[in-house]
Amino acid sequence: MHRYILRRLLLLIPVMLGVSFIVFTMMYFTPGDPAVMMLGESAPEHEVARLREELGLDDPYLVQYARYVKNAVVHQDIGQSYKTKRLVFTEISSRFPNTLKLAGLGVLVAVILGVPTGIISATKQYSLFDNIAMVLALIGVSMPNFWQGLLLIIFFSIKLGWFPSSGFDTFSHMVLPALTLGTSSAAIITRMTRSSMLEVIRQDYIRTARAKGQVESVVINQHALKNALIPVITVIGLQFGYLLGGAVLTESIFSITGVGRLMVDSIKSRDYPIVQGGVLFIAITFSVVNLCVDILYAFVDPRIKSQYK
Amino acid sequence: MSNVKAIANDAPTGQQELKQKKSGPWREVWRRLRKNKAAIFGLIVILILVFLAIFADFVAPYGYDDQNLQARFQTPNSQHWLGTDNFGRDIMSRIIYGSRISLQVGFIAVSIAMICGGTLGAIAGYYGNKLDNFIMRIMDILLAIPGILLAISIVAALGPGLRNVMIAVGIGSIPSYARIVRASVLSLRDQEFIEAAKAVGANDFRIIVKHIIPNSMAPIIVQATIGVANAILSAAALSFIGLGIQPPQPEWGAMLNTGKQYIRDYSHMTAFPGLAIMITIFALNLLGDGLRDALDPRLKS
Repeated sequence: MHRYILRRLLLLIPVMLGVSFIVFTMMYFTPGDPAVMMLGESAPEHEVARLREELGLDDPYLVQYARYVKNAVVHQDIGQSYKTKRLVFTEISSRFPNTLKLAGLGVLVAVILGVPTGIISATKQYSLFDNIAMVLALIGVSMPNFWQGLLLIIFFSIKLGWFPSSGFDTFSHMVLPALTLGTSSAAIITRMTRSSMLEVIRQDYIRTARAKGQVESVVINQHALKNALIPVITVIGLQFGYLLGGAVLTESIFSITGVGRLMVDSIKSRDYPIVQGGVLFIAITFSVVNLCVDILYAFVDPRIKSQYK
Repeated sequence: MSNVKAIANDAPTGQQELKQKKSGPWREVWRRLRKNKAAIFGLIVILILVFLAIFADFVAPYGYDDQNLQARFQTPNSQHWLGTDNFGRDIMSRIIYGSRISLQVGFIAVSIAMICGGTLGAIAGYYGNKLDNFIMRIMDILLAIPGILLAISIVAALGPGLRNVMIAVGIGSIPSYARIVRASVLSLRDQEFIEAAKAVGANDFRIIVKHIIPNSMAPIIVQATIGVANAILSAAALSFIGLGIQPPQPEWGAMLNTGKQYIRDYSHMTAFPGLAIMITIFALNLLGDGLRDALDPRLKS
């Protein structure tokens, strides 16, 4: 098991190199001279040339990329913001906890809403509850979460005045953003849980459990649920990554100081090092989450554990 | 006419014959799809949207950019069914014209993703080994970046605008098509009819295009339907944060972005464009679910 985790961690290295290469390439070919960006449009030409030399912008492309990677690994330096002149790493890491918290709360909302609904839907297939839940789930999948966020603001913040519409300091600030982010994932998790449970419930060992007189709740919660969880966990893991991306929108709607909003603002002011850093941070987080999901499998399903070597 | 024939031939022995006479499996799919009311509902909604998009000039009561500053911020009334916006433009007309942009983005972005991803996936699956490893590792790397974020960073590099949004959203969904096509190619590669095609001397290109792709259409079609929905959502999201299609173009996400500024007093400006997005996505999802069941009855519980 330890060796498996270690190997997976090592596999993260090429993925990170790849992601950084893609992001670096994209930003490299973006029009506009970084030196001019840092000094301002009106800067004298010789100053621009000096800064270009200082930053090594005249070096070949691959040399620049190698330096970018070296600085990132050795000094945790992934560039400097054109606008604030602060290090990208500090800019992002100061906002990262909010983004992570938001995505985490989104997943929490999604799991709390999605898993029980899916289970009940599966155990009472084609019942009224099941039908309503499935229609709601389809609406949830179809609703753009940024629009849903705006509707929540109109209703709960402007009309009813229950929750504030911006900021992210106290619990009441977090309710609307977490709901906005979580509901579409809740819909996906509901559908996945339902179909996975339906599959399991039909198995022979469930019939056996019922035949030996086991209480229905134990049959569902212990025999069926545990076996239905693997695909559900996969989806939850994938949703976490999706929510990290979706957080970009939610942060913009609710004026939350997170990485997503920082990135959007930076694109508008052409502060590309920040954009680059933001993508890198989120991709790393997503990969680590995927790794955690794979490790979690082993705890849910001992059969998988024996395969991890 | 053909209906009668189908029923007449539905006897156990006639079925085989029918399949050979008519264009075979697709007829069967349509027969199954037709029974699914939800999917047909979705299909009808989409056809209406396509109709509106094509004939927007005739259907829309006003132009998408007709300003009437005397009639700003009107709530829904008999002249403006869905009200007017901050420039006194008719919101319903803008939504109708907006369907052009959204459908265009949806179909073109998915075509880009399908062609690039499909080709890569087919090559990876068919040739296997090192090439497979190389292509799929690149796809894994792309998958490590959440789709919307990848689209955002591509738009950041290319700049905003309709064309760039289509490219960005298209590239963002290449990996999922590559994976799907690769998986179905892998399952077909070693089948006997491929071996037979090889034996009669068909070259790789012919085998992939003529034999493998037609046989792996089912999952691709399902993914494409859901993919159009996702592309429309992503494009609207990009426009919503101001990085996509720019005003005065009547893109639904961009309209929501404008509406957001007046959300306190004129919430109708945010309600309707969002509703348009939701109805479109809802219809595409219904159709996608229906197609999945119709194309692969084994999956249906």
